[in-house]
Amino acid sequence: MIPACPLAALPRGEALRLETDPPIAVFHTEDGELYAVDDTCTHQDASLADGWLEGCEVECPLHASRFDLRTGEVDAPPAKLPVRTHQVVVKDETIYVVPSELPPNLPPGVRTGSA
Amino acid sequence: MNSVAIVGASLAGLSAARALRAQGFGGRLTIVGAEPHRPYDRPPLSKEFLAGRMTAADLALEGDGEDLGAEWRLGVAATGLEPGGRLRITLSDGSAVEAEGVVIATGAVARTLGSELAGVHTLRTLDDAAALRADLEAARRLVVVGAGFIGAEVACVARELGLDVTIVEAAPAPFARALGPEMGTALAGLHEDHGVRLICGATVRALTGEGRVDGVLLEDGRRLEADVVLVGIGARPAVEWLEGSGVEIGDGVLCDAGGATNVPGVVAVGDCAAWFDPAVGTHLRVEHWTGAARRPATAAQTLLSGGAAVPGSLAPPYLWSDQYGMRVQFAGHTLPGDEVSIEEGDLASRRFLAVYRREGRTVAVLGIDQPRSFTRWRRRVNEPVAAAR
Repeated sequence: MIPACPLAALPRGEALRLETDPPIAVFHTEDGELYAVDDTCTHQDASLADGWLEGCEVECPLHASRFDLRTGEVDAPPAKLPVRTHQVVVKDETIYVVPSELPPNLPPGVRTGSA
Repeated sequence: MNSVAIVGASLAGLSAARALRAQGFGGRLTIVGAEPHRPYDRPPLSKEFLAGRMTAADLALEGDGEDLGAEWRLGVAATGLEPGGRLRITLSDGSAVEAEGVVIATGAVARTLGSELAGVHTLRTLDDAAALRADLEAARRLVVVGAGFIGAEVACVARELGLDVTIVEAAPAPFARALGPEMGTALAGLHEDHGVRLICGATVRALTGEGRVDGVLLEDGRRLEADVVLVGIGARPAVEWLEGSGVEIGDGVLCDAGGATNVPGVVAVGDCAAWFDPAVGTHLRVEHWTGAARRPATAAQTLLSGGAAVPGSLAPPYLWSDQYGMRVQFAGHTLPGDEVSIEEGDLASRRFLAVYRREGRTVAVLGIDQPRSFTRWRRRVNEPVAAAR
């Protein structure tokens, strides 16, 4: 489990990028839900934490594909693959991320540091 | 409508095919493409593909197993459009396609300096990019003619590859017309920061060499040595094939705000099309990826409804560019005299967000390495300033 930040440090409507490998984006929706997905868009190198959060979806800042934060599914091209989701745990007023053990869907040209 | 032919098999054509099917069109669909390749994504050609970080397979626009139920006619160019009850498209192999509806998506062609010398390149297609890459690998000195986005991105990649790079630009600053002189000067600084020589206010008299280019001669008499020359001086709409068709042409195929041309049953999308933009009050040919991806949905609606569908408001033009690891993003449309203010960062650090305003409206936003605030500001373009505050 990776500590992200104190719950109070991530207001609703905001996102946080964790410099993990690959980076993870944590979102706090306007409805008060917390989600975590891989930060890199599955289409090209762009940070989803910089994207537009609306409801349970984030729109990639580069090309406007939208990802459902609950499932990682993408709504329309250019992205073709879902983004990997991670579990979020809140304990003692701190946000933690449980990284997925599935392989990530990183865009071409972007590799993890270990790969 | 029982049959549609899409002329052009790049992003705009593919997006039109997807939109037609998504909107319930179940008829015969033919897609004509002049290049032999399946639809591929062009922006990486001057970025990751040229740098060798992406392969041709990575550029595929179609999803795995995606089937649009279309007949693909790749490697043949359209040579004419004959109007009538059924529209007839003649092709370069002598055959023809007939359809009730036509989507014109033939894109644009790179402007050249008319040189036949080896080592002189333009960059528009996958084949162009592969040829340029191969030439750069063996070269020491690159001269880029034109400091637009293609030129700037190729200069970046060539620097990465260790080449000596000079950019020649006719205007007093890069992007002076599109972004205004102040922002153009700020972008010029990016090149200088990274050891690329930028010569502004200079025009090319001739490319020199015997068989292969060896230099660029400027009007002021200066001569720049070059092993490779990249000509990035813009593109013109690929519309010659429409001559005599009755389709009205200006700077591109003239369309209304829903993509309809003056010929019934014919719409146009992508780089070849100049849609009427009510926010600007004129026809505007927009050569951006986002327009090619998004506007075909509107054009498909126009086509399938026989022009009865009322188009929604156009999203402002949007573009991005990657230069020296910086992400450049721009949305909207500027005119000389727009008021420009820096809302985040500062010009000196080359990381800033600039907002353009005109008559009380936010008309455009430029971000250099400010993706998060750009995302927010982009949504305010064309809104009244008071509401945007």
